[in-house]
Amino acid sequence: MSSGDLTCEEVMEQLFTYLDKELTNRHSAAIDAHLERCRDCFSRAEFEKRLREKVGQTATVEAPERLRRRVKGLLDNF
Amino acid sequence: MTEKQPIKPTGESRQARRRYFEDEVSRLMDRLYGTALRLTRDPDDAEDIVAETVGQAWSQLDKLRDPQHFEGWLFRILNNTFVSAWRRRKARNEVALDSDVDTSPSEEADETENFSLFRQLHQPFLLWWGTPENQFLNALLQEDIQTALDALPDAFRVAIVLVEVQGYTYDEVSQLLDIPLGTVRSRLSRGRALLQRALWEQGREAGLVKGSVHDADTSGGSS
Repeated sequence: MSSGDLTCEEVMEQLFTYLDKELTNRHSAAIDAHLERCRDCFSRAEFEKRLREKVGQTATVEAPERLRRRVKGLLDNF
Repeated sequence: MTEKQPIKPTGESRQARRRYFEDEVSRLMDRLYGTALRLTRDPDDAEDIVAETVGQAWSQLDKLRDPQHFEGWLFRILNNTFVSAWRRRKARNEVALDSDVDTSPSEEADETENFSLFRQLHQPFLLWWGTPENQFLNALLQEDIQTALDALPDAFRVAIVLVEVQGYTYDEVSQLLDIPLGTVRSRLSRGRALLQRALWEQGREAGLVKGSVHDADTSGGSS
């Protein structure tokens, strides 16, 4: 399936670079335009975004009280 | 919501600066610790890195010119602290952050590189909210992703944490780890594919999906 100037294959090849915000504004806009028109690519992009969010959530972990005390003690002794 | 009073790193009293700094660090502590834990995989190492980061940040607070950048500045110190610690270990041959991954081409590597969880799960012609891939994501626990992420080789995991979790650019990762841009790209690509494959296999073991990993569709798209 093709819509707009980019083919689905081209969009998939650049999908992660797009999600990483490493594309130029023009390339990024071309992918936005494709995703607005192509359900298959939109579904894939949404899936990768949601998975990425879940990966991001793993980097918030309740810090042990011991660490909070250690940091406070460290600042007290500076 | 009241707007946070900006700190003036060089103008406030020591007591005011300390209070501001401590409040900010406390607010960010779970993310600092979580990020350090994902980078190191070891709770003790993560605590050491966070403590060293906070100490360095406090001693360098005068260098922070724009208080709006406090968070990014602090996480930069965290990442630098992590990389320095790894380089010290590498020098002692305890770890090899930059060279512990096999990047040589092979059939198995190609298959891994092209693995896509979406392609394994997706069934066309279903409404998106009821699709297997979304049901799979809904059933994924944070613990599942932590397990898969922590199982990745260090170099791949670190690249993913820097880019996907912290929003680093490829260029910033390249500079931080002192590796070429192409290596950043290849580590991300391999790392993501390995992560998705691990999630797929965990999902099968947990009964979230059925079937086996078939040869990945190497076309890269759904067209």
